Amino acid sequence: MGSSSLHVLKGINFNIQEGELVAIMGSSGSGKSTLLNILGMLDVADEGEYILDDIPIKNLNETKAANYRNKFLGFVFQSFNLINYKSALENVSLPLYYQKIPRKERQAIALHYLESVGLKDWATHLPSELSGGQKQRVAIARAMASRPKVLLADEPTGALDTKTSYEVMDLIQKINQEGKTILVVTHELDIAKMCKRIVQLKDGVIIKDENINQVLASEHV
Amino acid sequence: MFNKDRWIEIFETIGKNKLRTFLSGFTVALGIFIFIILFGLGNGLKNTFQEFFLDDASNVIYLQPGKTSMPYKGFKSNREIEFKNEDMEDIKENFPMFTEYVTPRITRSALVRYKNENNSYTTRAVAPGHQFVEKTILMKGRYINQIDLDKKTKNAVIGRLVAKDLFKSEDPIGKYINLGETAFKVIGVFQDDGGDNEERFIFIPYTTRQLIEKNNDKIGQIIITFPKEIGHVGAIAFEKTLKKYFKNKKSIDPEDPNGIFIRNPTDNLRDTQSFAIGLQIIVSFVGLGTLIAGIIGISNIMVFVVKERTKELGIRKALGATPKSVIQMILQESVFITTISGYIGLFLGIIVLENIGLKLEEYFIKNPYIDLGTSIAATIILILFGAIAGYIPAKRASSIKPIVALRDE
Repeated sequence: MGSSSLHVLKGINFNIQEGELVAIMGSSGSGKSTLLNILGMLDVADEGEYILDDIPIKNLNETKAANYRNKFLGFVFQSFNLINYKSALENVSLPLYYQKIPRKERQAIALHYLESVGLKDWATHLPSELSGGQKQRVAIARAMASRPKVLLADEPTGALDTKTSYEVMDLIQKINQEGKTILVVTHELDIAKMCKRIVQLKDGVIIKDENINQVLASEHV
Repeated sequence: MFNKDRWIEIFETIGKNKLRTFLSGFTVALGIFIFIILFGLGNGLKNTFQEFFLDDASNVIYLQPGKTSMPYKGFKSNREIEFKNEDMEDIKENFPMFTEYVTPRITRSALVRYKNENNSYTTRAVAPGHQFVEKTILMKGRYINQIDLDKKTKNAVIGRLVAKDLFKSEDPIGKYINLGETAFKVIGVFQDDGGDNEERFIFIPYTTRQLIEKNNDKIGQIIITFPKEIGHVGAIAFEKTLKKYFKNKKSIDPEDPNGIFIRNPTDNLRDTQSFAIGLQIIVSFVGLGTLIAGIIGISNIMVFVVKERTKELGIRKALGATPKSVIQMILQESVFITTISGYIGLFLGIIVLENIGLKLEEYFIKNPYIDLGTSIAATIILILFGAIAGYIPAKRASSIKPIVALRDE
């Protein structure tokens, strides 16, 4: 939207296999959020190609991007971004509403995902009645509910204390173990170490890309 | 358009954002309410005005016989002129294009009695067309008709106040009253907006009056209504021609100022009508102004509502809402709210107007009203502009990239 454009990413080339848990690290301004936004089809790259599940993502108009986001991607944000007047259950069922799944069915699915993040008893609560960790778990349940191919988490633990952060990472690891591909943008090393691979960005280029030995979050909880 | 799931979503949103719903609804309801009240009061003012000036039909010419003041064609001056039945026939025959109704009016006063009640009233012996001349409104029964004329029946149509004086709470229809020496059957009761005096008249067939008065053929005044389409100029021309015709027929000196008097209310009417038009313009202007103020109010609220929802819309888009579905949601919600509250405002406004009725008569506002067409049109305009006012920011919000909307913290 800004009138002055800035070249943030300067040539990024990498592949992520199905089932990976990748941390994208870097200090602020390194381009990690921009990368995630492009992957999330919230933003578009000036050039280059992006292939998701063998489908080239290009020439997106808003409607097409919305449909792809709905089908392929689940988002987890630093500031949770739950709709504050909707209950936890309604928040989780919202992506399903845009998939035009009938009401009863989508509530059943939403409840199932809330249960999987341990918040079944909180289904009727509003976000304002939940703690930060609970909100993020609702957000994760919401991201999962549409059964996306990839889960994109932008600083998922940024607004949480250490203990809660580890709980959330524990949840993310569990989801990954069930086979979901997950990208986590973070600038915290301990969080990054809980992933299976770290891609380090600096000034718009990848300076390091390595597989690591995953630290299990459950050991810290 | 109808999608149950979408409606449920909208109802949930409305139910959980009561302040926002209230604000936009209140603006619309208030706008419509004020529009209806002001427009209605303006109409009330017009009512009073019309009552003052426009009681009787405005397209009427009164012919009144008098006495000549000049000798002419061998007749002496100071001769009394009289109208007869044939004069009416002649008018109908000679001026068919200029006459709607022609009626005589023979005015007599009479002592009227029913049981133990009696009083003196003015009787007018007339033809059926007289009803349209005086804009007589029948409350009960019927007016004098052609059969009454042909059979010279002793039927009478009495004013509301005559009925009240003589019959109290009794139903006068079918009862007999004594009119002078003759018994008349009451066949109708009328009211008239011209005031109390007008409601103390009694109408009878003019042929009956002639029969009572020794079967003569005198008819007193002649009253003619002309088609409004001939306009002011046409009316004046008609009046002149008529005068000339009768002066010739009755052998009156064309220069004689007396002999025949013709009264044509169109002369005064032109001034009063331009005043009425002025009033109408003011009323319309007030209405239009209120409506514009309402539209501006709605637009502001809609801009505010969409602004407030920017983040929510960003979230929805990140979760897969298409721009179309975002716009649709905002519009459907706003149109729903404005429609409901618009009709609440409409309803309340009409109720208030109904209740005012005659209470503001001393301020020259009588029976304020608004016709349903105008009020519904105003409501629809407000809803329409509310939708347009909502569409523009909704369109913009829907095209903002979700990432920008979400950053807006």
